[in-house]
Amino acid sequence: MADNNHGHGEHKSFYEEGGKGIMSWVYTLDHKRIGLMYLVSVLLMFALGGLMALLVRFELLSPGKTIMTAQQYNVVFTLHGAIMVFLFIIPAVPAALGNFVLPLLLGTKDVAFPRLNIFSYYIYVTGAIIAVGAIVGGGVDTGWTFYTPYSSGTSGSVVLMVFGAFVLGFSSILTGLNFIATTHKLRAPGMTWSRMPLFCWGIYATSLIQVLATPVLAITLLMLIIERVWGVGIFDPAKGGDAVLFQHFFWFYSHPAVYIMILPGMAIISEIIPTFSKKAIFGYKAIGMSSVAIAIIGFLVWGHHMFVSGQSQFASMVFSFLTFLVAIPSGIKVFNWTATMYKGSITLETPMLYALSFLFLFTIGGLTGLFLGALSVNVHLTDTYFVVAHFHYVMMGGTVIAFYGGVHYWWPKMTGRMYNEKLARLACALVFIGFNVTFLTQFVLGSKGMPRRYYDYLPQFQTLHQVSTVGSWILGLGFLIMVSYLLASLKVGALAPANPWGGLTLEWQTSSPPPLHNFEKQPNTKIGPYDYGVPIPPKKPGTLEGAVHGTSS
Amino acid sequence: MNILLQWAPFMPTAASHNAPNVDNLYGFIFWLSVVFFILVIGPGAWFVYKYRLKKGEEHQPTPRITHHLGLELTWSVIPLLLCVVIAVWGFWDFMALGVAPADTEDIFVTGYKWGWRFEHRDGTKELNELHLPEGKKVKLVMTGEDVIHSFFVPDFRVKADLPPGRYTSLWFEPIGVGEHQVFCTEYCGDGHSGMLAKIIVMPKDKYAEWLRVGTPLGPGETLEDRGKKLYSDKGCLTCHSVDGSRLTGPSFKGIFGNPQPLADGASVNVDENFIRESILNPQAKVAQGYSPIMPSYQGSLKEMDLNALTAYIKSLK
Repeated sequence: MADNNHGHGEHKSFYEEGGKGIMSWVYTLDHKRIGLMYLVSVLLMFALGGLMALLVRFELLSPGKTIMTAQQYNVVFTLHGAIMVFLFIIPAVPAALGNFVLPLLLGTKDVAFPRLNIFSYYIYVTGAIIAVGAIVGGGVDTGWTFYTPYSSGTSGSVVLMVFGAFVLGFSSILTGLNFIATTHKLRAPGMTWSRMPLFCWGIYATSLIQVLATPVLAITLLMLIIERVWGVGIFDPAKGGDAVLFQHFFWFYSHPAVYIMILPGMAIISEIIPTFSKKAIFGYKAIGMSSVAIAIIGFLVWGHHMFVSGQSQFASMVFSFLTFLVAIPSGIKVFNWTATMYKGSITLETPMLYALSFLFLFTIGGLTGLFLGALSVNVHLTDTYFVVAHFHYVMMGGTVIAFYGGVHYWWPKMTGRMYNEKLARLACALVFIGFNVTFLTQFVLGSKGMPRRYYDYLPQFQTLHQVSTVGSWILGLGFLIMVSYLLASLKVGALAPANPWGGLTLEWQTSSPPPLHNFEKQPNTKIGPYDYGVPIPPKKPGTLEGAVHGTSS
Repeated sequence: MNILLQWAPFMPTAASHNAPNVDNLYGFIFWLSVVFFILVIGPGAWFVYKYRLKKGEEHQPTPRITHHLGLELTWSVIPLLLCVVIAVWGFWDFMALGVAPADTEDIFVTGYKWGWRFEHRDGTKELNELHLPEGKKVKLVMTGEDVIHSFFVPDFRVKADLPPGRYTSLWFEPIGVGEHQVFCTEYCGDGHSGMLAKIIVMPKDKYAEWLRVGTPLGPGETLEDRGKKLYSDKGCLTCHSVDGSRLTGPSFKGIFGNPQPLADGASVNVDENFIRESILNPQAKVAQGYSPIMPSYQGSLKEMDLNALTAYIKSLK
């Protein structure tokens, strides 16, 4: 990876400039290296969480015991959820891709607080070790939601796991703080707020939620620890507490957290679609503002997780209406992305295939949200597989697909290498097919009444469960192929040009991979991030087309 | 595909007054979603097909269309209005579901790890089975004993959580007679997926007879068969195995006729009277090495049920 891609000896990449050896990574303050360390970490966590998912699906191949006991199953599905949410999805786009790309997109040398940045990474690693330690140290069977009073009473290392999530929260808060400061203060000269790439808008909105909501999670988890360790009755009715109170606290963070997960995914799509359509983004302001609107309304809908919990009907009504309100900005984005492709000049390289998959899957995820937002229908569907399918369409079909779109989009920039395009398209297709086979069936299961978090099930549900499990194998195969060609590209991949996709945002104005301080000269911001509609120069490996393009206008 | 001919695809049998209302809205959202899916993905797919760069072509300048107020208002306002319709509609039915009429038959429900206890007004208790007369409005007043459980009857489209320390309620009016599955839908530990119950809606005269004697033996059914059925229906299987493996309570295999050490150090011979006492008053003699957590089945088993269970345990050599 550390080869000089340019051969002339004039541009050195950050891999060389930052020094060699393990210590050059451990002590680095470079946002690009930190981003890559996050990337490796979250990908490992995705592999671990994915393995758990495959085990869960395999167990459900037949009713009763297939490969594990009920206790083991409960631990495995809890770990799947907790790892995927706290250790993968939340940090995946902002901390991994955001760290690498945000300063480049803003045309700056680094984030505002590089030391804070590496500190956040080590907090993340600490939290991850504690959480994974909890797995080894006895397992946790509460589900990732840690609902009381079950979690106050069950055996296993709940406290350790919860403490891990508590620590991880600080990493999230500090990264958010860093990105907010960076976006406010370090934009390249000429990059006004309204000329900022939409990825930055998305990350900015995400950071706001991270800073404002995560402390509430910390408080909640702390209270749970206090209850378990000292026996103070906060949530356990047996000790005078209120079981449902925990749910309010928990979802007050965890619903905004859903937007911490999806907004960065949407932000990636807003970059990929214009680039591969060679077309100005449709409705820049609407997309940017809808991110902020989602971030704000996202704070006011937590109660829609609790329509059958015994909360007052009036509260449920308000939460239902607000929930429908949040559908509107999401819908606006989808329409805008589609309209961007109108009269474009579209090429279907892998990142674009992921973006199109996102459109398809996220639309289903969003529309099925309408069922769950409607109070009377929610009563039937909540806590069934319908909900499982819905949030996988949004979280995996949305965020995770967008994340892999982003990984493929910026892979040449990050590594200086191109991956095998044919294999990449094959993997994308397998992921898309596998995903739909796995989760479309689960909508049907849910409507029919199959409850979630069930180790065993009635025989009438078996066929659909089997189809879903086979889908998970296709999905797994797709990811396996992805790992193989991405790793292979580091050794045998063709050298990446500075601007392989013909994009106009600033990261394409510097070499792949970029030098330590990102840009050899001040990046050109005269041309906006989506000012397509002027002749596009042909791709030539090793030249700085973006810069040439910019100066020619 | 007959699914495409249904208003509310994939929904289970509609067997309560409330179910058709839920299905109407479900169907409305379903078909509206299909239309919107086509409205979004259709043009998207068409654009990709029509405007893709063909082999050998160079990129041509694209028109720089940045926004279109009319279009943007259209796709903001119309979905907003439709969302308001759905929200009001959902709320309307939800309120009807939440406010029980005055003339209901009230039944107390307790969810515990891992089973359901039902208490009728006349004192009859049932475990994991709820018998109801046809044509009667029923209100369930529910609470959780240990952790949160959730009572879900897909055929009735009703569900409510049972948090410990407070009551929640739901009501329904079953249509016709028949059996309906009950699930626990709030994760509650190892026995969560086995925390099932049946609601059995019977004709009025059959119900009166059931109240008196319990369910009579079917043709060809032996007392042991009935015991085996009760063993699973009443949830004995959650804690007692029949293959000798250790669960929360002692296994039934080979237990009859042999001495059983007790928690207080004494020992007792397992006979009919010990089994009867252990079912009705489980705390009286607790087997050594096991926690005294079994609930009493007093009132929830008719005389014949006790005989049947004893016969079944006897048969497990």
